[in-house]
Amino acid sequence: MIEITGLCRKVGDRVLVKDVNITIPDGMIFGVIGPSGSGKTTLMRMIDLLDNPTRGSIVINGTRATRDKKQQLELRRKMGMVFQKPIVLSTTVFENVSYGLRFRGVKGEELKSRILEAIDLVGLSGYEDRYAPTLSGGEMQRVAIARSMVTRPEVLLLDEPTANLDPASTEKIEELIRAINSRFGTTIIISTHDLDQGQHIAHRIAVVIGGMITQAGTPEEVFHRPLNSEIAKFVGLENVIGGTVTKAEDGLAAISIHGTGIEAVTKEEVGNRVFISIHPDDITLHSGQGIEKNTTSARNCIMGTVTVTTLSGPFVLVTLDCGFPLKVIVTRRSVEDLGIQPGKEMQACFKASAVHVMKS
Amino acid sequence: MNDIIDGFTQAIQLIVTLNPEVMEIAMRTLMISLTATLLASLVAIPLGWWIHFHEFSGKRVVINIIQTLYAVPTVLVGLFVYLLISSSGPLGMLGLLFTPAGMILAQMLLVIPMMIGLTITAFSGVDRTVVDTITSLGATGYQSMVAVIKEVRFAVFAAVILGFGRAISEVGAAMMIGGNIRGYTRVLTTSIALETSMGNLPLSIALGLILLSIALVITVILNIVQQRSRT
Repeated sequence: MIEITGLCRKVGDRVLVKDVNITIPDGMIFGVIGPSGSGKTTLMRMIDLLDNPTRGSIVINGTRATRDKKQQLELRRKMGMVFQKPIVLSTTVFENVSYGLRFRGVKGEELKSRILEAIDLVGLSGYEDRYAPTLSGGEMQRVAIARSMVTRPEVLLLDEPTANLDPASTEKIEELIRAINSRFGTTIIISTHDLDQGQHIAHRIAVVIGGMITQAGTPEEVFHRPLNSEIAKFVGLENVIGGTVTKAEDGLAAISIHGTGIEAVTKEEVGNRVFISIHPDDITLHSGQGIEKNTTSARNCIMGTVTVTTLSGPFVLVTLDCGFPLKVIVTRRSVEDLGIQPGKEMQACFKASAVHVMKS
Repeated sequence: MNDIIDGFTQAIQLIVTLNPEVMEIAMRTLMISLTATLLASLVAIPLGWWIHFHEFSGKRVVINIIQTLYAVPTVLVGLFVYLLISSSGPLGMLGLLFTPAGMILAQMLLVIPMMIGLTITAFSGVDRTVVDTITSLGATGYQSMVAVIKEVRFAVFAAVILGFGRAISEVGAAMMIGGNIRGYTRVLTTSIALETSMGNLPLSIALGLILLSIALVITVILNIVQQRSRT
């Protein structure tokens, strides 16, 4: 288990990481997501004890890391780290993978068998004698993973391991990460700015923005119930709009958005400034004054004018001007049936429970 | 003109027939310069690694001084070592003056700055992530140094070869510290200087050709090393 408490790192006047508190249980894939330059790499480097924190503590399996070089080496030898840039040393794949074992004094048959096992794990059997710098980026990154895994680390740190790779290589690396976690029970901490990757690989996710963990939770929580508008925008939620609670009763509130009233399920109190987000696929479109509000379970039906329609895979993303921009996902068939086109008046309906309310 | 042609002819005869005096001087030269280069490497490479990978105040000044010492005149090094190991010097009790050991010391001091400087240049070509990768793999400080040196082995080897080239071709310090004693401290450069002044051109030319051959071998090795480092 890794327990991080009050971790900060400051270089000069710049605060790179500020007051990070996280606990990562054994065997978990923990995702650290955030925009570029948000402090993910600094956090990963501190966990691998490559950089010292300015303040705070890191406890790895019960041992609190200190600045003692010998203790740091002992703890670091329980971990493996793969960096964003695929790095291989100027020698063969076999020799590359051997480094960590040689540093630990492993020799002879054991050395050879463990290297071949690690190379096989990453699917590079037959590449043993290849000169590593001539491999592709994806292959180099797999060599880097084999090189880290050969020492059987308790914790594997992956710092944006697929950032420089093509989609096919990215998929292979992701499969490998899952396989390592399920086969060996290795605790994996992966930083990424690829939201999809974070969402479908990690068991839990921490969102790092401006050096701080702004939210930590399951992918479902982070991607569907972000705590604030900044996280909502970062995780790619659409229709993030600010407003004020004008009425609140029995867990239902009326929120004024640019003069338009929206009903939402929330415990926010009257007068509170809030942000809402509505998933575009939770909204239905109807022609003109299509349906009466009391004839549908949707508590919100608002009028708007279509401003833009853009193709989004098999769907169409329709933007309405309702006094504020509102994005709606509809099928191509609906576009044809309803005659959706710029300038047309439409009615957008959605349930109060589809409105996610966040603190301002 | 005939003297020169005769000189070359006789010189080639001396080399082809493996003239004992010529071979003895050549072997001693190689022994002294190779030993000095090897010992200088043991000092310069770790020191270059330390200077490059550690932050300390005055680091830039230290690097500037090292670079300035690349071109230090050999007679100045000779003078410094002479003051150090002469009977009244701080290391006088070691009795190194006019000995091959004293010459090795002088050549070491001559080439160390250049080898440190070139080693620092070699290390500056190492991507920081390479060093982090090696550290994260659980290397101790020494293991990390060895692994990084392996990464830039061709550039470091080039530094060693260039150091050897400077050591074997210098004459000032060898003359002042070795004393050019026949059969003991006489090396190729001091011998050429002496024999030329005595008018013994064939021997001078023969020794000169051997020195030139060594320089040629160094250049060839350097070219091979540089080509390998690019592939």
